[in-house]
Amino acid sequence: MADNNGIELRGLFKIFGPHGEKYMQAVRDGMTKDELNAKHGHVLGLKDINISIPASKIQVIMGLSGSGKSTLIRHINRLIEPTAGEVIFQGQDICKMNKADLLRFRRHKTAMVFQKFALLPHRTVLGNALYGVELQGMSRKECEERARRWLARVGLDGFEDHYPNQLSGGMQQRVGLARALTNNADILLMDEAFSALDPLIRMDMQKILLDLQEELHKTIVFITHDLDEALRLGDRIAILRDGEVIQQGTGQDIVLHPADDYIADFVKDVNRARVIKVGTIMSPVSGPANGFPTLDAQASLEQAARLLSSRGKDRAIVLGDNGAAEGQITLRRVIDAMVTPVASEKEISRPET
Amino acid sequence: MDFLGAFPQMGRTDLRDLKKGIDEAFRHFSRTHGQAIEDFFHPLLKFLVWFEKLLLATPWPLMIAIIAALVWLGSRSIKMTIGSILTFLLIGYLGMWKDTMSTLALISVATFLCILIGIPLGILMARSDRIQAVITPILDIMQTIPSFVYLIPVLMLLGIGKVPGLIAVCVYAIPPVVRLTNLGIRLVDRDVLEAADAFGASPRQKLVSVQLPLALPNIFAGINQTIMMALGMVVIASMIGVPGLGVPVLKAVNNQYLALGMMNGLAIVAIAILFDRVSQKFGKRLQKHSETIHG
Repeated sequence: MADNNGIELRGLFKIFGPHGEKYMQAVRDGMTKDELNAKHGHVLGLKDINISIPASKIQVIMGLSGSGKSTLIRHINRLIEPTAGEVIFQGQDICKMNKADLLRFRRHKTAMVFQKFALLPHRTVLGNALYGVELQGMSRKECEERARRWLARVGLDGFEDHYPNQLSGGMQQRVGLARALTNNADILLMDEAFSALDPLIRMDMQKILLDLQEELHKTIVFITHDLDEALRLGDRIAILRDGEVIQQGTGQDIVLHPADDYIADFVKDVNRARVIKVGTIMSPVSGPANGFPTLDAQASLEQAARLLSSRGKDRAIVLGDNGAAEGQITLRRVIDAMVTPVASEKEISRPET
Repeated sequence: MDFLGAFPQMGRTDLRDLKKGIDEAFRHFSRTHGQAIEDFFHPLLKFLVWFEKLLLATPWPLMIAIIAALVWLGSRSIKMTIGSILTFLLIGYLGMWKDTMSTLALISVATFLCILIGIPLGILMARSDRIQAVITPILDIMQTIPSFVYLIPVLMLLGIGKVPGLIAVCVYAIPPVVRLTNLGIRLVDRDVLEAADAFGASPRQKLVSVQLPLALPNIFAGINQTIMMALGMVVIASMIGVPGLGVPVLKAVNNQYLALGMMNGLAIVAIAILFDRVSQKFGKRLQKHSETIHG
C-alpha cells in the first residue's frame, strides 16, 4: 500500500456550542475548559491537536471518557466539523471539502467500526457487510462477492442470512469489521470498537485485527480507554486528557518515560515485561559473545527472561536487523527494567541481619 | 359593578357585520374560484366513481375470493381468511352488499390519498424542526375541530357529493399517518444513522436505506389508525351525500329503526376489525428481523 496514506491533524480545535468560533481567540490565548464553560456556556472539546498519523500503521488514541477521543476520530471523516484546524490526507484538507467530495471521500477512503456496532437491524449479515460498497455504487453481484469474502475472513461464513439480532455481541462486531473491510478503504477508523465485548472475545478480536493488518497495511486509527489494548495494538499511541494531547509516542516510550504523574499513574500497572523491548535496555557487548544465547532487538523482556532461565544463562547477546551483535543484556538488567520505578507499593524488604 | 357582571363584548352590530363580512368574502371566493377547485378535484371524483363501479361490477364470488386472497397475503392466517369470507357472506346475505362495496371504495381511496400525502409530509416534518412546528398545530386542529365545522366551507365550495365527503374523511383521517411517520423517522437509532453517514450515504440514501425501513413499524401503526379513523367518518360522510353503509345508519337514526341501524353499524365494525387485524399482522411480519433477540 502507498506511503502517502498518513493523516496529518494540524491545530485542531473544537468548541461545542452555538457560537464556537467567537471564543476561538480566547481559547488560543489560554482560556481553560472550565473558564469557557463557566463564562460562555461553551464546551471545549479539542484543544490544539497536532498528530501525525503514520501511513499503514495502527495509531491508538487513548483517554478516559470525556477526554475527547471520540470527538477526535469523528474529525477525520468530518462527522463533526472542527472549529479550527486542518485534517490533511493525500495533500487535501478534509475540512475544506465540499459536500460531494466529502461523500466521495467517506465512501472510498474511509471505513468505520463503532463501539455499539451500529448495524442495520433490518438487513441480514450479508446486507450489512455490503452496505458500504452498495453506497459506492458497485453492482449487486460484485457487492455480494466481496462481502462474502470478508465475512468468511472474519469467521462468519454460514451466517450470511442471519439478522444482527440473532448474533452475539462478538459476532455482531465481526459483521461491523467485515462491513468496514469490504469497503477496501485506506483508512480504518475504529471507535472503541472492542470496548463493548467481554475480555476473552476482545482479545480474540484484537488478534483478528493484528492478523489482518499484517497483510492489509491500512492506516488504522483506534480509539480506546484501555491501556493494555492500546499497548497491544498501537504502533503509536497518543494520550488525550480534557481535549489535549498530553503525550504521544510508541507504547514503550510512554511506559518508560511517562510525561507526567497522570500518565505515570496510568502505566504503573502495565505488564512491562511485555511492552519493553530488549533493544531499548541493552548495553554494549562486554566479554565473549560465543556460547551465549542470542535475541532479536524487538524481543520483549518476557521473552528474554524466558530464554535466559530456560538456558540457565545470565547473559544474552542482542542482534540487530542485519544479524550482527549490537549489545548484550543481563538477567539482572531484565529484572530491573521489569520493575516499576515508582515506589508505589509498600516497602516489603526487611532490614538485613 | 356593571363592568364585572357582563363581559365587555363586541357591539352586537359590529359582531354581526364581522360574521357577515367573513361569510360574504368566502361566498365571493367560492363563486369566483369554485369552478376551478371543482375542476381540480374532478380526476379524483372520476377515480372514486370508477373504483366504486369496479367493485360493484365484480361478481360477488370473485370479490369474496379477492378479499380472502388479500387477507391471506397480509396475515398468513387461515383463521382470519375464513373469518373474512364468513363476514362478507353474512353481509351479503343481510342485504348490505352494495353499501358495503361503496364504503370499501371510499375507504380504500381515502386511505390511499392519506398515505400519498401523509408519508411525504411526515418525512418533511422529520427533516426540519421548523416544518414540524408549523404542521403539528395544524394536525391538532384537524383532529379536534368538529367535523361539521369544516364541512361548512367544503360544502360551500364543492356542494354535496362524493368529493367533499372524501375530503372530509381525509382531513379527519390523515393526521395519524403524518404524525407517526414523523415520529418513526425521528426515533431511528442515532448510532445507525451515524454509521450511514460514515459510509458516505447521501440524505436520500439515508432515507431509503435506513430511516424509512426502521420507521416502518411506526408508519404502519399510523396507516392502521388512519384506516380506523376513515371508517369512523363513514356516517358523517353520508350526511353530505356519500353512498355507503352510513346512509342506512343515518336513515335509522332519523326514523328510529333499531335493527337497520345495528346491522349496518355492525357491518362497519366488522370491516374495521378485519382491516385492523390484517394490517397489524402484516406490519408485524415486516419486523421479521427483530423476532429473535440474542441475550
